[in-house]
Amino acid sequence: MTMHVDVEINGVRHRREVEPRTLLSDFLRHDLGLTGTHVGCEHGVCGACTVQVDGRPVRSCLVLAVQTHGRSVRTVEDLSDPEDDVMHPLQEAFHANHALQCGFCTPGILMTIEALSADLAEMSDAAILEALSGNLCRCTGYRNIVCAIRAAGEPGDGEGTGSWA
Amino acid sequence: MKPAPFDYIAPTDISGVLDAVAVEDAKILAGGQSLVPMLNFRLARPALLVDITRVHDLRHLRRVDGRLHIGAVTTHTDVEHSPLVREHWPLLSDAVRHIGHSQIRNAGTIGGSLAHADPAAELPAVMLALDAQMTIATGSGNRTVPARDFFHGYLQTALAPDELLTEIVLPHLPTGSGADFSEIARRSGDFALAGVAVQLQTSTDGICTSAAVALIGAGPVPLRSHAAEQRLIGSELTSGDIAECVQSACLGLNPPADLHGSADYRRRILAAQMQAGLERAAMLATADRRGHDHAR
Ligand SMILES: Cc1cc2nc3c(=O)[nH]c(=O)nc-3n(C[C@H](O)[C@H](O)[C@H](O)COP(=O)(O)OP(=O)(O)OC[C@H]3O[C@@H](n4cnc5c(N)ncnc54)[C@H](O)[C@@H]3O)c2cc1C
Ligand code: FES
Ligand code: FES
Repeated sequence: MTMHVDVEINGVRHRREVEPRTLLSDFLRHDLGLTGTHVGCEHGVCGACTVQVDGRPVRSCLVLAVQTHGRSVRTVEDLSDPEDDVMHPLQEAFHANHALQCGFCTPGILMTIEALSADLAEMSDAAILEALSGNLCRCTGYRNIVCAIRAAGEPGDGEGTGSWA
Repeated sequence: MKPAPFDYIAPTDISGVLDAVAVEDAKILAGGQSLVPMLNFRLARPALLVDITRVHDLRHLRRVDGRLHIGAVTTHTDVEHSPLVREHWPLLSDAVRHIGHSQIRNAGTIGGSLAHADPAAELPAVMLALDAQMTIATGSGNRTVPARDFFHGYLQTALAPDELLTEIVLPHLPTGSGADFSEIARRSGDFALAGVAVQLQTSTDGICTSAAVALIGAGPVPLRSHAAEQRLIGSELTSGDIAECVQSACLGLNPPADLHGSADYRRRILAAQMQAGLERAAMLATADRRGHDHAR
């Protein structure tokens, strides 16, 4: 059995037929070719698959594609526009602060932190670490990720190196 | 790691849900934060998933006659950010932050956590400590079950497979109350190794009139420590009173042992958390009385 899904993804409306058991992560990657969303553990632990549904970060491996019917989903592909070659300030800050190595965890972290954009300037390092607690990174040791997030929260171009208190 | 096939339906009202779950092998899907991992591992293979997140009547947080009514599909995030809960039921506010991570709390629901009844989960213990009432919709009308009769065993509750938990009701807490929640987990966001939820009530002269001490990780279901509570009632909640109560409470504890901690280790951390939690709750109860006197 397949079901009809009508969902807005990165501002574009998609109407598709899917099996109810299709996970949102697989729908994004396999049906729509949006492979920026990474899949690590498929049981909610690693955070690599984090996307925003109606503005809130959630695990796309724990959401069924059919559940997003009538909702709006944002993935990492929405952060920058490949046409004009400009990255999102958070992405710029990750770049400038060497906040990724293999990059597997990065899309999930970006979609988690981007939802907090309005609060970043006020967030302490402890609050940033708490916000990151649901995203595992095996490479960086998190330190440069925190620096990047701090830099993104500072006024300016996000190129500065956020200090680690 | 992909679910086995199933059918899916998303009713928009409670009677639609009850009709759907009357079918054999149907399973309710709320936030999916416990059920979808089980589907992915194929530990659960329902024939039909009944998504209740589109039932508007199941998602609310409101105070009626001093009591808090929480719709079962209210997310952990909604509870966490509710000023109403923060002000009147701080125990729930404090505990909910310990659930998983923000991404889990954005999807997971209070009803799902209680229906799932993981022995290490925060909310079952909080409901026990607050003497919550669970409203359950069945094919033949509603029934109400107090928290103390709701949790039956490891992942077992009073809910039958064709029943729907619709609402959780928390009683009014009078002036002079103090609460504390603490837990120990290996990593931030993990399920707790052990935890303690405390809700104290004091009279105008500082005597403890009621006490609830609920323990996580002390058995297959969250437990109320009646030994501790009886020692506290009638006392002035001094550190000495509390130490005595913790000692007698720990004698009767038989926590499980596993990879993450021995029974003895769990008993020790439960004792330390009870002592600290009760001391903090007693201070808050005093502050609550003073704040109230001051306001008058
Ligand atoms: C990485 C990770 C970490 C987590 N950490 C914690 C933690 O530290 N503490 C914690 O408590 N939880 C934790 N959880 C679980 C989380 O709290 C879940 O949200 C919760 O246990 C289940 O709620 P849900 O809405 O997601 O329910 P679902 O997963 O949709 O359902 C769970 C079960 O309850 C049943 N059910 C759901 N709603 C109802 C209802 N209204 N009436 C009758 N039956 C119903 C379902 O049929 C199913 O059997 C974690 C989950 C993950 C993935
Ligand atoms: S792939 Fe979804 S949390 Fe790991
Ligand atoms: S950069 Fe490799 S996992 Fe984070």
